[in-house]
Amino acid sequence: MKPLTPVAPATRVTLGIAFFVLFVAVWAIATLGGFVPKTFLADPITMVKSGYTLIAEMGFLKDIGMTVWRVLGGFIIAALIALPLGVLMGAYKPIEAFFEPFVSFARYLPASAFIPLLILWAGIGEAQKLSVIFIGSFFQLVLMIAVAVGNTRRDLVEAAYTLGASDSSLVKRVLIPGAAPEIAEILRMVLGWAWTYVIVAELIGASSGIGHMITDSQALLATDQIIFGIIVIGLIGLVSDLLFKRVNRQLFPWAALGK
Amino acid sequence: MANILSVRGISRTFEVAGRAPTVALQATDLDVAENDFITILGPSGCGKSTLLRIVAGLDKQSSGEVLLDGKRIDGPGADRGMVFQSYTLFPWLTVRDNVCFGLRERGLPRQQQLEIADAFLHKVGLRGFESHYPKQLSGGMQQRTALARALANNPRILLMDEPFGALDHQTRELMQELLLGIWESEKKTVLFVTHDIDEAVFMGSRVMVMSARPGRIKLDRAVPIPHPRHYSLKTTPVFAELKAELTEQVRAEVIASQNATTTAS
Ligand SMILES: Nc1ncnc2c1ncn2[C@@H]1O[C@H](COP(=O)(O)OP(=O)(O)OP(=O)(O)O)[C@@H](O)[C@H]1O
Ligand SMILES: [Mg+2]
Repeated sequence: MKPLTPVAPATRVTLGIAFFVLFVAVWAIATLGGFVPKTFLADPITMVKSGYTLIAEMGFLKDIGMTVWRVLGGFIIAALIALPLGVLMGAYKPIEAFFEPFVSFARYLPASAFIPLLILWAGIGEAQKLSVIFIGSFFQLVLMIAVAVGNTRRDLVEAAYTLGASDSSLVKRVLIPGAAPEIAEILRMVLGWAWTYVIVAELIGASSGIGHMITDSQALLATDQIIFGIIVIGLIGLVSDLLFKRVNRQLFPWAALGK
Repeated sequence: MANILSVRGISRTFEVAGRAPTVALQATDLDVAENDFITILGPSGCGKSTLLRIVAGLDKQSSGEVLLDGKRIDGPGADRGMVFQSYTLFPWLTVRDNVCFGLRERGLPRQQQLEIADAFLHKVGLRGFESHYPKQLSGGMQQRTALARALANNPRILLMDEPFGALDHQTRELMQELLLGIWESEKKTVLFVTHDIDEAVFMGSRVMVMSARPGRIKLDRAVPIPHPRHYSLKTTPVFAELKAELTEQVRAEVIASQNATTTAS
C-alpha cells in the first residue's frame, strides 16, 4: 500500500461492504453462539424479525417519518438563517467582530442541555424538537461558513478587483462561488450532527419518533427493537450522506479536480 | 508623446509591529508613454511588486501619487489589467468564463462576451480548451488564459509581475514571443517585472533597473532593437552588449542588498 494512492471504485465499494459483513458476522457469532446473554444484546435474526414486526404492525414507518421531518425541518431553518449570516460575517469583518464572540460562546452550549428549558418554553410539541436541532446546528453552521468564506484566496480577490469587480460583485462572484463546495461539505457534516440531537430530543418527552420508540423498548428490555432503531438511524444517515456527496459532486465538478 | 502613466515621488513604508519599519520604495518616479513596453529588473525584495501593486491600486503608497491619463489613481480598476506570478484563474469558472469575468462585470451582453473571449483565447493559442477548468491546464496554459482575461478587458495598461516566473525555460520563451506578438499587433502599453535579464531585454522597449531596498529606479535604458523581434536576436552583439551592462548593474544591486541584510542581522 502506498500512502494517499486512490483505490479503484469497485475495490472501494467491496472493501466498504466487507467491513459491514465482518461486523455482522462478529455480532452473530457473539449472540447466536451464546457468548452474550440475550437480555443484553439481541442476535441479528431476532433483530430483523422484530424490525419487521415494528414496521408491519406497530407503525414504525410513521416514527421514522416524524424523525426525518424534525431533522430536516430544524436543519433547513438553521441553514436558511446561517447561510446569509455566515457569508456576511466571512465577507465583512465588522459584522464578524460583532457576532463572532457570541456565536463562539453559543456554539459550546450543549443543545441537549436546553431540552428541559425548551420543554418549559415550547412544551413537548414539534416546536421544541425543531428548536433543539436548530440550536445544535445553527451556531456551528454560522461559524464554519464564515471561516470558509473568509479563507478565500487573497490573490483571487485581487485578481477580481483588477478585472473591475465592485465590492458587491466580489461577494457574489468570488467569495460565494469559491467557498460553495466547502459550504456544501459543512452542511453535510452538520446535518450528520443534527441526527444525533434529534434522538436525544425524542428520548425525552416525545410521543412519536425513532427516539421515542427506543425509550419505549427500554422499558420492555427489548434490545432487538433498540438495536433495530439505532441501525435505522445509521442507515438513514448513510443514505443522506451519500446523496449529499453525490449532489455536491454534480454541483461543483471543478472542486473534485486534482484531488 | 503623451504619458499614459505617471508615477510621482512614490514611497511605501511597511510598518511591522515590534520591528523597524521597512522602506520598500523611496521617491520613485516613472513615466510610461503610449505603447511602451517597460521591463523592470532589480534584486529580490527591492520593491518591484510593491510598485506594480501600487499602480494596480492593490496597495496604497505612503506618499506621492500615480496618475493614469492625468487622473489620480485611488484603488483598483479595469483600466489597469494585471497578470500575477501565481496562478489566479478562478477555479470554479471554465477557461472561457474566466476570460468573460471582466466583460460580464461591465454588463456586456453574453453573445458579445463570448465573441471577445473566444477571439482572445484564439490569440493566445487556447482554441479547443474553452470549456476546461483551470486545474485541467498546465501552468503555461493557465498564464495564457490569465493574459487573455486581462487583455479581454481592453485595459489602458497591462501590469505583469513575473508572469512567467513559475514556468520552465522553453515554455517561458514561447510565452515571451506570444506576448511580444500580441503587444506588437494590439498596440498595448505594458509594465513588466522580471528578474530574467534576457527576458527584460528581449521584450522591453525600455529596460529599468531598480536599486537595492529602499528601491528606486536607478537606470532607464531604451532598447535599440527594432520590432518585430525574433528570438534569434538573442545572439546578436547589440543584445549581448546591453545584457552585459544590465548584468553588471543588477549584480551590483544584488550585492548591495545582501550586504544590507548581513549588516542588519
Ligand atoms: N505586506 C507587507 N508587509 C511587510 N513588508 C512587506 C509587505 N510587502 C512587502 N514587504 C517588504 O517590502 C519589500 C519589497 O517587497 P516586494 O515584494 O515589492 O519585492 P520584490 O522586488 O517584488 O521582490 P521579488 O523579486 O522577490 O518578488 C520587501 O523587503 C518585503 O519584505
Ligand atoms: Mg515580487
